[in-house]
Formats: sequence, structure tokens, C-alpha cells
Amino acid sequence: MPTNKHQVNKEVPFRGGGFTHKPLLFVGPLVFVFIIALLEWGTSTGWISDLTLPRPSGVAQTLVDLYHSGLLFKHLLPSLTRLLMGSLMGITAGIAVGLLIGLFNLVRAGALPVVAALFPVPKIALLPLFVIWFGIDEGSKYALIALGSFTPTVVATYAAIDNVDRGYIRMGQSFGLSWVSIVRKIVLPGALPGILSGLRISLAISIILLVAAEMLGATYGIGAYVLEAGSLYDLERLFAGVFILSVLGVIINWFVGVLERRLLSWRT
Amino acid sequence: MNLHINNISHSYSNVNVLENINLEINQHQIVCLVGPSGCGKSTLLRLIGGLEKPSSGQVTQIGSPPENSINPLTYIFQDFALLPWRNVYDNISLVLEDHGIGKKEIKNIVDDVLTRTKLSEFANAMPKQLSGGMKQRVAIARALSVRPAVLLMDEPLSALDSQTSELLMDDLVSLWDREKFTACYVTHNLSEAVRLGHKIVVLSRRPGTISEVVTIDIPLNERKNHTDELDKKQKYLWNLMREEALLADKELINAD
Repeated sequence: MPTNKHQVNKEVPFRGGGFTHKPLLFVGPLVFVFIIALLEWGTSTGWISDLTLPRPSGVAQTLVDLYHSGLLFKHLLPSLTRLLMGSLMGITAGIAVGLLIGLFNLVRAGALPVVAALFPVPKIALLPLFVIWFGIDEGSKYALIALGSFTPTVVATYAAIDNVDRGYIRMGQSFGLSWVSIVRKIVLPGALPGILSGLRISLAISIILLVAAEMLGATYGIGAYVLEAGSLYDLERLFAGVFILSVLGVIINWFVGVLERRLLSWRT
Repeated sequence: MNLHINNISHSYSNVNVLENINLEINQHQIVCLVGPSGCGKSTLLRLIGGLEKPSSGQVTQIGSPPENSINPLTYIFQDFALLPWRNVYDNISLVLEDHGIGKKEIKNIVDDVLTRTKLSEFANAMPKQLSGGMKQRVAIARALSVRPAVLLMDEPLSALDSQTSELLMDDLVSLWDREKFTACYVTHNLSEAVRLGHKIVVLSRRPGTISEVVTIDIPLNERKNHTDELDKKQKYLWNLMREEALLADKELINAD
């Protein structure tokens, strides 16, 4: 191309880029470290008063004491049992009912309104009722956690079944597979990703309800520990309990992640 | 085994999709169904294989399928319909598991069909590792494994790029040369129709009726040497469809 005096040659400016996700692994821990350091500095200089927030080192000391006194496991064990039993019952029943809703029109028509009515009810409000029905011991706690994890599991399961590609089902029918085979070999594996991501939500709700369940008739348990500390306004113990619950949530999330990698290896 | 389509009409809630379709699919023949989009050709294929019930009329099997046929009417889908959580081998064995065949026999059938379609080395591959063309080859292998009497192919090459579909068309021609399979082949691509069809059925726009049946007598494996004649047939078919396609294009979709 001939160039003359009036012609300006310039590179085309870059306009793309951005709007993509890049993993920055060190940022997350750094934020935590920064927040904790800020709190430590604030509480030790008096910039943050003792009534507002506990000193992080004090919370850590409380956790260490809790461990050394053996009380940690005395609180943790009943809580984990309640969490496990309650969510196991709720999730098993939830998957079963979700499957029935997903597969049978009659069940869908009958059960869907009931589930819709049950979902928004604050399960905590029913705790006194459960105490009457199932006793003040473990029964009412299992029931509360079970009911809380039941409804989101139902919804996740039937939605996952609805989302299974109808093309696969038609394929199964066109090759003369039996109904049972289509459900077992096509519908269930196809719904599994949705069911597992529902599991994350259900288990998080279970942890929330664990604390609520230990409001009545529990001497030991992380929930009881947190609630007692709260009513005594013992911020260090309160935050120690909250920290344990938070770690519990992270562990459960990690566990579901492992489950997903195991069962859904075909996705990656 | 031949298939007779007797006076089939079909409608979805007041919209007539097909009207008075009469058609014969004879043994060892490939019948191509062509027509403008939305003319009901895929619906007709679903009716032929019993995946949907016609509003009136029926499809009859004339003669019985061969003794060893496991699934006489077998589909090949446009989107392949391979289960992503099963590898190639298991995708094929899936369709054999429900027919009272022993494990050993299933393995023999799958191994045999993979060899015939030259897919043996892909037996353990997952569908997402395969290209579109390979996926459709696996789907064809799966269809052959049940020894169909009639293959019902719903735009099997439409989801592939043009080079791949050219290769697969050659595969289908040589497969027909070897096995002389019977097929009903739905396509909107006229060049596929003139390359693969012994009989090409032109459907009109909705409600779909048969507007013409064109036969091509050149043997499938010689068609590559008769491009002039095929071009002429293709132009003829296009002229039949042109007006209809134009009108169909402008139609509002309110059927589904």
C-alpha cells in the first residue's frame, strides 16, 4: 500500500478481553488473614470495644481450651450424630419422593402442592410440636433436621428428573428397553448431577437447623454451646462455636465435591 | 419385511401435520423423505417406528422380520443420543441388555459390530471424546447391533459439518453395498437424498401430503460417476419444493 503524507497508520486497538474467570488461589486465604489481622489489631488497641467483637486470639484460645478439656468432642459427637441421622432420613425420603414426583403424574399432581406448602414453612416454628410428637430427646431433633433437608431435596430431585434429555428416553424406548431399565440406566444417571447439587443446599440447611434443634432439651451439642454462650453474652465462646459450624459446612461441601468427582467423572 | 403406510393422518391439537399419507418401504431399499421445514417428515418417521400414535390410519409390517432381529424398527437420531456417562462399548451393550441375551453373546455382538464399523479401538472412549462424525458412527454401530429389519434415520448427517457428512455418506453407501439394509431416511438436504435414495418422497408444506415420488435407478455405488444425472434430479426436486419452501419459511410457528 502506498503511503502519503495525509495517511496515518496505526495499529488496531485491542478491545477484547475481560469477562472471564481466572482462579486466583492465594486471594481467598489472604482476605481471611487480613480480616483476622485487622480484628486482632482493632481489639488489642481498643479501637474495637470488647462488647462489639471478641479478640481472634481469644477465640483461638477458647478453641484450644475446649479441645484440651475434652468438651469439644462431648459437644461435637451428639451434634454430628444428629446431623447425620437427621439429614440421612430427610435426604433419603426426599430423593424417594422426588423420584416418584418426577416419574408418576398422579404423585406429581398430589404431592407437589403439599411440598410447595411445606417448603416455605419455617421448620424451627414446628420444634415445639415435634417435641410433643417425637419426645424432647433425639427424636424431635432428628425430625426437625429431616424435615428441613427433605423439602429442598424433593425439589432438586424432581427438577433434575424433569431436566433429563427427553432424547435419551426416546432412544431407550425406540430400542425396546423396559421401563425399569430406562429409569435405572437413563433417568437416574441423567438426574444425578442435579440431585447432588441439591445435596449441597440440603446439607447446609441441615447445619442451620442443627443449631435450632438444640434450642430445646440439649445439654451438649455445638448448637447448645453456641446458644448458651449467646445468652451469657460470652463472645469468645460464641465465635468459637460459630467457627466450628463454619468448618463443618466447609467439610460437608468438600465431601459433596468428592462425591461429585467420583460419581460424575464422565462430565469432566 | 416391507412396511406399508396406510392413509395416515396426524394432528396435534387442531393443527393438521400430515394428511392421507400412503407409502411403501420395500426391503433392501432406501426411501428418502424430503420436504420444507415443518412439513412433518420427522413426525412421519416417529409414526412409522411406533414412537407416536397416528390420529388415523396405520403402519403395517408386511411379512415378519428376520428371526434373529432383536429390534426390527431401529432409529438413528440427528443428535446421536449417546449416553454421556457410558463409553462406546456400554452405549452399544445398553440396547442389547433388555432382550434376554446372555452376557457372552452381548460381548460377541458388540465386538462384531465394532469390527464391522471399524470402531474397535474406540470401545473404551467416552462420547465427549469423540468428534460428531465418530459419534454418529457409534450410533450407527449401535443401530446395527440389534439387527434391524428397517433403519429409521432422522436427519443423521444434519448435525455434522459438510466434510464429515460427505465421509459418512460414503460409509453409508458402502454399508448398503455390503448389507443391503432397508431404510427410511429423513433429510432436508437434497444432495443426500439423490446420493442415498432409491425412492425420494417429496412432502408438501403443512399439512404434509405426498406431492411426488421420484425414483432413481442408478445403483448407489455408481452414483458418484453419474453426477450430471444426479444434478438434474436434484434440480428437479428443488423446483418441486422451491415455492413450498418459500411459503413455509414465512409461516408463523404455532404448532408446538
